[in-house]
Amino acid sequence: MSGDSAASAPGRSGGRPGRPVGRKTAGSRWGRLLEGGLLQGGVQGSPVIRLFVRWVRRPLLPVMRLWRRNIQLKVVVTTLLMSLGVVLLLGFVVIGQVRNGLLDAKVKASQSQATGGFAVAKQQAEEAVSVTDGQGTAVDGSPSQSVIQWMSDLVESLSSGGQGAFDVVTLPASDESGSGRGPRASGEVNPTASVPAALREQIDTSTSAAQSYTRIVYDTKKDSQPGLVIGKQVNDPNSDPYQLYYLFPLTQEEKSLSLVKGTLATAGLFVVVLLGAIAWLVVRQVVTPVRMAAGIAERLSAGRLQERMKVTGEDDIARLGEAFNKMAQNLQSKINQLEDLSRMQRRFVSDVSHELRTPLTTVRMAADVIHEAREDFDPVTARSAELLADQLDRFESLLADLLEISRFDAGAAALEADAIDLREVVRRVVSGAEPLAERKGTLIKIVGDQQPVVAEADARRVERVLRNLVVNAVEHGEGKNVVVKLAAAGGAVAVAVRDYGVGLKPGEATRVFSRFWRADPARARTTGGTGLGLSIALEDARLHGGWLQAWGEPGGGSQFRLTLPRTADEPLRGSPIPLEPKDSRRNRGLDDAGPPRGDGDGEKRATAQEPGADGPARAARDPFALRPSAVAPTADPTALPGNGARVVSRPGSTGVTPGARAEDGSSSAGGGDAQVRGAGPESDGLFGAGRDGADAGVAAGGPQAERGGPAGRPDGGRSEGIAERPSEGVRGGAGEPEPRPGAPVGADGGLGGERGESAARGAARDGEASRGR
Amino acid sequence: MKGRVLVVDDDSALAEMLGIVLRGEGFEPSFVADGDKALAAFRETKPDLVLLDLMLPGRDGIEVCRLIRAESGVPIVMLTAKSDTVDVVVGLESGADDYIVKPFKPKELVARIRARLRRSEEPAPEQLAIGDLVIDVAGHSVKRDGQSIALTPLEFDLLVALARKPWQVFTREVLLEQVWGYRHAADTRLVNVHVQRLRSKVEKDPEKPEIVVTVRGVGYKAGPS
Repeated sequence: MSGDSAASAPGRSGGRPGRPVGRKTAGSRWGRLLEGGLLQGGVQGSPVIRLFVRWVRRPLLPVMRLWRRNIQLKVVVTTLLMSLGVVLLLGFVVIGQVRNGLLDAKVKASQSQATGGFAVAKQQAEEAVSVTDGQGTAVDGSPSQSVIQWMSDLVESLSSGGQGAFDVVTLPASDESGSGRGPRASGEVNPTASVPAALREQIDTSTSAAQSYTRIVYDTKKDSQPGLVIGKQVNDPNSDPYQLYYLFPLTQEEKSLSLVKGTLATAGLFVVVLLGAIAWLVVRQVVTPVRMAAGIAERLSAGRLQERMKVTGEDDIARLGEAFNKMAQNLQSKINQLEDLSRMQRRFVSDVSHELRTPLTTVRMAADVIHEAREDFDPVTARSAELLADQLDRFESLLADLLEISRFDAGAAALEADAIDLREVVRRVVSGAEPLAERKGTLIKIVGDQQPVVAEADARRVERVLRNLVVNAVEHGEGKNVVVKLAAAGGAVAVAVRDYGVGLKPGEATRVFSRFWRADPARARTTGGTGLGLSIALEDARLHGGWLQAWGEPGGGSQFRLTLPRTADEPLRGSPIPLEPKDSRRNRGLDDAGPPRGDGDGEKRATAQEPGADGPARAARDPFALRPSAVAPTADPTALPGNGARVVSRPGSTGVTPGARAEDGSSSAGGGDAQVRGAGPESDGLFGAGRDGADAGVAAGGPQAERGGPAGRPDGGRSEGIAERPSEGVRGGAGEPEPRPGAPVGADGGLGGERGESAARGAARDGEASRGR
Repeated sequence: MKGRVLVVDDDSALAEMLGIVLRGEGFEPSFVADGDKALAAFRETKPDLVLLDLMLPGRDGIEVCRLIRAESGVPIVMLTAKSDTVDVVVGLESGADDYIVKPFKPKELVARIRARLRRSEEPAPEQLAIGDLVIDVAGHSVKRDGQSIALTPLEFDLLVALARKPWQVFTREVLLEQVWGYRHAADTRLVNVHVQRLRSKVEKDPEKPEIVVTVRGVGYKAGPS
């Protein structure tokens, strides 16, 4: 029956406010499911499906976001859907019951009517038999004219009692082929169309009455209507069976039923809509204060500590508000307390600074005056004057560093960022360190200064950091070269200071930044640093939002890298220079591939770490320290994922390291050879870096290439992940013996392919080199 | 070289030590220990240069600096124990030409003093134009449409340095060397503050400078004449 459609009508209209969202969300879920399932199932090869999913998803994204973010919407939609379900269920039950009630009465009345009719028909047949006995039956058994007439009369007489309340239909028994006893019907009912075939069959096979619902079809233009049909097989005067049907129209009942349905639908619609509205209102009551709390919490965290929630009443929301306000109050007082402390600390530092510095100035000047006049003193006093002046210098720098550190601790350090060209700073620093470098016999080389390296930074601080790094490198470089490398890519600039000195032991890369930490307590303090330099440098880097990281390997030297964001407030995501220099990895490759090299240099290098070790060991080491740098591609600019394309390749000769090495005066001729040979690849590598940069960025390509490239050297691809670690993660790089091959490829990943390739090239060259020796 | 130096410092030991050093270098120091008396002493001694401690009893150094600057363009070198940005900038903005952070070496101090006194020696007759300004180097005057603009010696030097080579962009470091006489680039804040002060005097609209133009990321240059 049409009950379904009627009952669902309210739902459809009532659900309208919420429905579209719900449906769409569901759709998006399917989309996700589809996507996830299909893609996981390995269908990613089918771009059509992916396109389709994307096409379906795109317009849904804002809706999904709204759905995820808006609890009110969720509650309202859920309420609407659930109340819709309840109303539908209720509607079905109610309508079913009403229909049963209405029909039961009608069916009973119809049945008694029909039973009576069947009895009458039977009786009339018997009467007709007694009247026309012997004359009405033809010899051939076909119904005589009188039987036909009799049946027409019967139909008329039976239906006449109904007054339109029912109609009567006779049909021949089905096994009878078309004789004169064709279908007859009263009230212009189409007899064959109105009686369902199933019922006819049923009546054929049994002698009892049967009933069914049907649509009564009329021969005239009158509309068909629902009805109940009751039929029975009856004998005519000739004792031939025929089917007699009573058809009772149910028009009245249907009207009543549709009235009920309409009422229910309207009521259901209202219920659903009103429930939705109620849900909206109720949720609003809860959500509004929650949203207010969220907003105020945000403002609190943004520093507006005096923000409070409005509290009305004593309900749970009010308690939330009170608790919130109490929390804010406590926070505020704690923060104020801390601020006071910090302010006091700052004042204290400033006062101490002043109080200490004034007398120190006097002492300083007095000492200088005495120092100037030391020639007139006896030797003991003169030497004392010298010591006094020297130690005052040290005292001064220590004091300055201490004050600087405490300024950082007090949070009183302020950044004065300005667009500066780091090349200028580097040149200044390097020229400042030249005297010390000359004393140490070290050459300081600057690499990557062909292009401006501009960043918003505090020149004073950056210079201080770099001076510290360069001086440290020279001091610990054991007279070997120091390379200062600049690079810019993406949103970051970096300066790396590489030395080939004693390097760092595992775990030291983090500790170098500790206050008063010294690499080797037994080592002579040649320049008398304060032990605070790197701590201050680290703080300076942090102040810029930058990183200061160290890498080193025992005997292989170390590299300190300063990475700064190009604009002051931009967060760093990577560094243009890998933390671990390429030449180191190369070195380790040689170490690991020791046996093939056959000369055992790897071991020698690994063991000859004592600072004092020199002579042959050093000489043997030098070429290694260097050739690698020559061979390995310095593919740094692409260290930022996806940023490769922005990198400019550097023109000009960059094969600095090898050249420098050659001047280095290393005693071994073989070493010299190797260096010279290395020069080509080095510059090649640097150029290559630029090229790589252009098409790097597809991180996916990295790992395989990395693994595949240095086939001969199992460790070729290691430690990529280390390069990119935030400043706190200094621990990452350094002397860690076993780098993680699986570390996030991050920066270098993009380069993998190229690197692998050149690494392979490097390996080939390497073989050549050892043969050469 | 003859030069009267007024030392305004409350620390008697330091003042005495300063006196020893300054006398040793041929200056004529005079002393005042109190901020309140500093101005009177200044008027009385008419020094060629003032050494001014920032932390003083009575009026503090900043205030004294402002008062002296209000009536004279005499070079003022601040002595400060605080190298913090704020203190230094406030000191410079109140009119000091240079500053030196304690503890300093005597030679450093003397070099700074000499650098500030040196300029009054060789005025060659020279006329310069920068923007719509006319600078008479010998006469130590700057005029716009015949109206003269009062500049301190340091500001004048800064303007002249820029005006002499209008085609050149001066980095802050170069200016520090040429105008302040620093051998090694020290604190570029000196330049920034003094450029601001100069602009406030010579520019029609200091917000949109036309005389001293900033070249972003590099430094300053003279505006087109």
